[in-house]
Amino acid sequence: MTSILARKDRSAERKATEALPRNPTRRTRRLRYAATVALFLLPSAIPLMAFTVGPMIAALWISLTRWNLIGSMKWVGLENYQQLLADPATRNAFLHTLYYIVGYLPLAYAAGLAAALALNTKVPGRSLLRGIYFLPVVTSWIVVALVWRWLLNPDTGLINWLLHLIGIQGPGWWTDPVWSLPSIILASVWKDLGFIMVILLAGLQAIPEELYEAARVDGAGPWRRLFSITLPMLSPSSFFVLVLSLINGFQVFDQVYAMTGGGPNNSSQVVVQQIYDLTFRFGQAGMASALSWMLFAVILVITLIQVRLQKRWVNYA
Amino acid sequence: MRKRLANAALLAVLVAGAAAMVFPFVWALVTSISPGAGLSATPSLVPENPSASAYQALFDRLPFGRVVLNSLLLALATAAAQLATASLAAYVFSRMPFKGRGVIFSVYLATMMIPMQVLVVPLFVEMKSLGLIDTYLGVFLPGIASAFGVFLLRQAMNSIPFDLDQAATIDGAGHFRIFVQIILPLIRPALATLAVFTFLNSWNSFLWPLIILRTPALKTLPVALAALQGQYTTQWDIVMAGSVVSILPMLALYVFAQKYIVQGVAGTGFK
Repeated sequence: MTSILARKDRSAERKATEALPRNPTRRTRRLRYAATVALFLLPSAIPLMAFTVGPMIAALWISLTRWNLIGSMKWVGLENYQQLLADPATRNAFLHTLYYIVGYLPLAYAAGLAAALALNTKVPGRSLLRGIYFLPVVTSWIVVALVWRWLLNPDTGLINWLLHLIGIQGPGWWTDPVWSLPSIILASVWKDLGFIMVILLAGLQAIPEELYEAARVDGAGPWRRLFSITLPMLSPSSFFVLVLSLINGFQVFDQVYAMTGGGPNNSSQVVVQQIYDLTFRFGQAGMASALSWMLFAVILVITLIQVRLQKRWVNYA
Repeated sequence: MRKRLANAALLAVLVAGAAAMVFPFVWALVTSISPGAGLSATPSLVPENPSASAYQALFDRLPFGRVVLNSLLLALATAAAQLATASLAAYVFSRMPFKGRGVIFSVYLATMMIPMQVLVVPLFVEMKSLGLIDTYLGVFLPGIASAFGVFLLRQAMNSIPFDLDQAATIDGAGHFRIFVQIILPLIRPALATLAVFTFLNSWNSFLWPLIILRTPALKTLPVALAALQGQYTTQWDIVMAGSVVSILPMLALYVFAQKYIVQGVAGTGFK
């Protein structure tokens, strides 16, 4: 056994040593191959290094300094992190972000799933309907935020007008500290449900029809089929939605900036809005970078936990 | 009978949902052609004196044509650049094995996890030291390569049988020719998907252009719209006219590329 292996190794080694110095054509071919690889990879590798990996490392360095973007940097070690951890504003920003995620995720998933299930049936006009549900996904957050600020205007908005018609005094929505985050969640669910629908539709179409037929023969009703076949078979798509929504949820910014700017009274101040304000309003680049890295660490840990947990509930065929 | 009733109920719910999805768009359109809109207390879906004056005002008072052009050019350039950089890299990861390729590919994938917001400060500093603040190049450069594009195109290339390029190699074709003449034509759907996604992202991107661009004439649509909202809070017709102008190209693109978008999302292999 060992002798066979040893012989094999030696012959491979001989082949390799023979190939390199004695065969110049082979060597040029190899060089040319390496040059081609480099030529093909560098157009993407250089920008990724220069504008993603490099800045990422630079952010870690900046986070250890006190710096206002203009003057000189002053090394402060871990002071920024300590200050951030002690500052109630940081805790609030993370709590608001968490509030957003906890409110947004179940609603968006349920709405997206309902739309996907309904539009996976042979309902008339379904491709037009799918298109309509997807429409908000292709629209800029700035536009969506404009329209929703207006729909949710406490005095002149449509929603409070409708509520008034059925005798309900509508809340102050984004002008009210209690309702600012729910307003943002409402608009976000409306905007994103089409995207979730499309991912889940792709998953639904991959479920073999025979499973449903077999279940029907066994006398399983529609609810039983949903919970025993559809949802388990859909779990890889659901996992993808969950991972993506959580990453995006922690990074929520555009809608907050455009709908409330973090207000009123900091009631919707989320982490990224805080990073933005620290950098461009207060000129605390070091502090902002430290908060960015804290956020990145949280996203990384949560994504890794999900990848670990997926074995418990995700079925891969 | 019961089944038909259930179907009718489902359709009714779906249509009601669709109405809720399009309503804000319709309202934006109606408001944009209603001069002095937003002043009345009760919202109306019927414009009283329909007029295009808001659109006129948009182009008169602001360099709005220029702003639309800025967004269009940036989105097109970004899409073109990403198609080029991503397809080249994807070819290596799919067709040109070498030692350490797996590690490099993992590094590419890891960059997908890094949020834009983490990069904001150092990228801003980098652009400042390069003298690219308030220039298109400053907006454009960070977007010319994306790991997502490489990943998407590699998946597509991996689904093309390897016999095809082996046959071409025997015929004496080099990698560049195989790439251009065999692989690229075969992954056209994936290329279209990436083009649409990149265009969309660039057209709608907000945070980065907001940070880089200062001069009003250089601004992109979302940034100009956000500024517009601050300037004319009472003139909803103008603000909505701007919104309509920003949605229309996306709507056209969406109708044209609907098939690819759905395929693209479904076909990334994440399923």
